[in-house]
Amino acid sequence: MRAEATFIAVEVDDAIAADPETARRLTEACPVDIYAQDGDGRLELVESNLDECVLCRLCLDATPSGAVKVIKLYDGGAVLA
Amino acid sequence: MSILIDAETTFIVQGITGREAVNLTRECLDYGSGAKVVGGVTPGRLGRDVHGVPVFDTVAQAVEHHGAPIDGSVVTVPPAFTKDAVFEAIENGVKLIVIVTERIPRRDVAEMVELAALRGARIIGPNCLGIIVPDVIKMGGIGGPAKNAAQAYTPGPIGVISRSGGMTTEMSSTLSAAGLGQSTAVSIGGDAIIGSSYAELMPLFEADAQTEGIVIYTEPGGRMEAELAGWVTEHSSRLPVVAFMAGRFMDEMPGMSFGHAGTIVEGKEDTASEKIARLAQAGISVAERIEDIPEMIRSKISERSRAGGVSA
Amino acid sequence: MRFFEFEAREIVKRAGIPVTDFGFATSREAAKEAAERIGGSVVIKSQVLTGGRMKAGGVKFADTPEEAAAHAEDILALEIGGHMPRGVLVDPKAEVEQEYYAGVVWDGLRKQPVMLFSDMGGIDIEQVAEEHPDHVGRGHFSTLLPVSDFQAKQVIAQTGVSGSPLNRITPILTRLARLFLEHDLTLAEINPLGRLKDGSFVALDAHMDIENEARGRHAKLLADLGVGPEETRQAREATPFELAGEEVDATDHRGVAGNVTEFDGNLGLVIGAGGGSLTLFDAVRAHGGKPANYCEIGGNPSVAKTCGLAKLVLGKPGVEQIAVMMSIVSNTRVDIVARGVIKACLELGFDPSEKIAIFRIPGAWEEEGFKILEKYGVDYADRSVSLNEAARRAVEKIQGVAA
Ligand code: SF4
Repeated sequence: MRAEATFIAVEVDDAIAADPETARRLTEACPVDIYAQDGDGRLELVESNLDECVLCRLCLDATPSGAVKVIKLYDGGAVLA
Repeated sequence: MSILIDAETTFIVQGITGREAVNLTRECLDYGSGAKVVGGVTPGRLGRDVHGVPVFDTVAQAVEHHGAPIDGSVVTVPPAFTKDAVFEAIENGVKLIVIVTERIPRRDVAEMVELAALRGARIIGPNCLGIIVPDVIKMGGIGGPAKNAAQAYTPGPIGVISRSGGMTTEMSSTLSAAGLGQSTAVSIGGDAIIGSSYAELMPLFEADAQTEGIVIYTEPGGRMEAELAGWVTEHSSRLPVVAFMAGRFMDEMPGMSFGHAGTIVEGKEDTASEKIARLAQAGISVAERIEDIPEMIRSKISERSRAGGVSA
Repeated sequence: MRFFEFEAREIVKRAGIPVTDFGFATSREAAKEAAERIGGSVVIKSQVLTGGRMKAGGVKFADTPEEAAAHAEDILALEIGGHMPRGVLVDPKAEVEQEYYAGVVWDGLRKQPVMLFSDMGGIDIEQVAEEHPDHVGRGHFSTLLPVSDFQAKQVIAQTGVSGSPLNRITPILTRLARLFLEHDLTLAEINPLGRLKDGSFVALDAHMDIENEARGRHAKLLADLGVGPEETRQAREATPFELAGEEVDATDHRGVAGNVTEFDGNLGLVIGAGGGSLTLFDAVRAHGGKPANYCEIGGNPSVAKTCGLAKLVLGKPGVEQIAVMMSIVSNTRVDIVARGVIKACLELGFDPSEKIAIFRIPGAWEEEGFKILEKYGVDYADRSVSLNEAARRAVEKIQGVAA
């Protein structure tokens, strides 16, 4: 799944997004509430919070490498590593 | 050398588990030779740690754990609890207290200052960012993350005293860019009553061999500049002083509050123009622009040394 | 926050300081009733938070309840210094033998409160201090130790007052000092304090300011006096623009986008923080710029909050461009502010490169911030450009646009 706003886009591997445990970890990790869980515990991306991303990498640390991509749209689509 | 703190200074952070305090602790640990943050206090959080700093319920526990008196404390607790926290630090032998918290009523500040005086302790703030000795140690959020602080502050001969935390960094950065480092920079806070005023810090800079000149940032409101002007004249200070005054526009707006709680112009004495006149009388130059400060202080220092007034 | 006279008198009364048997009225009828209850001659005083009531015709004497009613009606409709009265105070006309002054204020240098006393009351204490310094007594007192009568006595005795007046005024000044501390006041004045024919003393007027930061812990007193939490009583009422600014600041708890004050220029300012804002505002004016507003951002506000503030300023009638400037930031992030102001432009359908005259915020996360600004073609500056120089460039640009 992917969501984008003006400055930031987030891409999450679909298999990962479907896992309630990963979704929970992401929801807890992100300080600006970009990740949430729907009624079934599946991941949701909160579009209105995307531009608040502080590039802290906590979501990357909480998931297997490459599963989550934080993309800086203002920087030619550079991916936060 | 420096004033107030040096590489050996030990301190605690009261309210250490708060969001800003966690960052501040990290910054202090990372900066210079690494501050000796020997503990943190947040009631009810005994046994936790913040970036490796042990957290205690009471200051007494922190002192006991450290096994020796603790020099200082950075107080970052909410306004309603600040007075108690500061009393606790003072009564447990802490001698230097940096109060970061804003919006503390004057009565509380006066009580803290009075107790500090009784116990021989010193308060910096409230509503301040703390103290920094470039490349050595910082106590408080002054200058921000270690990397940012290192960009703005460099060691050197200028003592900086500022009523605005942010402007302490702006002015020091300007000085650094002009090749004038700082001996110590102190953010003293912008409130109507503060623990240490310009004049109260002057004797420390006067006694510090590294310091050759003083740069202050000031605002309308209060009589602290008059006090400084008086001190400089009375003690025939060896240190030339250059001041920058912000908020000149406020002279036209008595009773309105801008900036800090202390900057409301309530009387004639409080206005920017009145203060500039007083400072000038005491031989303190007032810079119109921040970028003029380095040249002004440099030429004042060389004037003094030509006159033979400066000790090596 | 300043109290009205009728409120200040109520505070004085609660502290056990004798006051006249005054009444407060917001209508002609109520004033008449109060005058009837009091009996005899009364004084009708406008309840406004500004000086010069006497000169403006806001204080009148009445011998009968009817006359009191008529005066009250006039005074209730009389604007003084741009303020409409909250009501009128109906006060028995006292036979005063002598007027005194009793006050308490903070001394910021000594960091203690100071009691002031003069046997020349009824006029400004500053004037007495200047013209008759020997008629003003002063004494600092501790905030830790209880206020004791002897402290007040010493202050009063400095003016040469002795005998029965000394003994009678002493507890009044002590109580005033205590209530000053108890209520977190920044000013407490009884002026005049009147000595009546029978030798007793009574507060004839009172001025009090409570510290805004301490209002929270005096909720009961304020509620008793009918002062709502929304009542700020600033020197000037907040404009709708300023109220909208407060709303923006309240949107979330991250950082501050506050102290929004309206001016009538064409250059919108998104500036910070306390000291930086003051410096920048001066600099803009020094270069002949006309600021549309004052504000203070700081404490690392969210993108949404910065965006909200920038939209408010951009949307203000007469604003042609905005200047986004701060002193070097260490807590607030350059990239977050950049996102906020650019977003504001985009959401309002403006080109950020045209609407933002200059962006000068160096410091934390500036590399990221500058990337964003570059992408949108916004003119930006780093720390090598002084606050003053940034302000100059902004003013030059807007004058070019306006020309
Ligand atoms: S980088 Fe940080 S702020 Fe951004 S999405 Fe990941 S966790 Fe949230």
